Amino acid sequence: MAQISVQAGDFNISDEIDALKGGRTDMGAIVTFTGTVRDVTGELNAMTLEHYPGMTEAELARVAEEAEARWPLVGCRVIHRYGRLEPGDNIVLVITMSAHRHAAFDAANFLMDFLKSRAPFWKNEETGAGSGWVDARESDHAALKRWD
Amino acid sequence: MQLVYFAWVRERVGKSEETMQLPGDVETVADLIAHLVSINEIYGAALGDTDKIRIAVNQEHVSTDHPVTDADEIAFFPPVTGG
Repeated sequence: MAQISVQAGDFNISDEIDALKGGRTDMGAIVTFTGTVRDVTGELNAMTLEHYPGMTEAELARVAEEAEARWPLVGCRVIHRYGRLEPGDNIVLVITMSAHRHAAFDAANFLMDFLKSRAPFWKNEETGAGSGWVDARESDHAALKRWD
Repeated sequence: MQLVYFAWVRERVGKSEETMQLPGDVETVADLIAHLVSINEIYGAALGDTDKIRIAVNQEHVSTDHPVTDADEIAFFPPVTGG
């Protein structure tokens, strides 16, 4: 059963790994993915993430459930932040644990692909010129096809 | 039914949620969008371009042919951009 959190506050990756391990020793592979606020042009002041309380948690749990059905995971953790974040801040954490690395890598990859196209979050970017909603990327949607 | 809006859909409608009586001739999400768009140009600007909006009924993603009832929570929003 995956552990899902949708929160305004930051997370500590090392603490989250320890908590998910919970003293278990039957996993041989732990994969973590961290998504952060990207500022390629140096013009981004901040990014505000809006979400759909209730549906967000439900959708993340549904995606995690699919990952757990496809790969033999012994642990799965998803944390997604909302609210106002600055360049370099953490946005999302995915941790997958399995006996072998391929399952852990693939499950983490699958989780991120589906999270990006299904979890109800919307990014609003603030720059010196004003603020605006980030458009969805076609490549994110196309990324799902490889899991068919 | 409870209608909820997010991101630029929320901004264009001018509110984040509202309660509305389901009209008798509305059976699907597509019917509901057509009804809302016919009310005024505010809904037209928010929901008129159905290629640009996504819908959830009772907090699950659905397509526009999904049925709706007066007990439903129906959400309208742009394609998601989390992660």
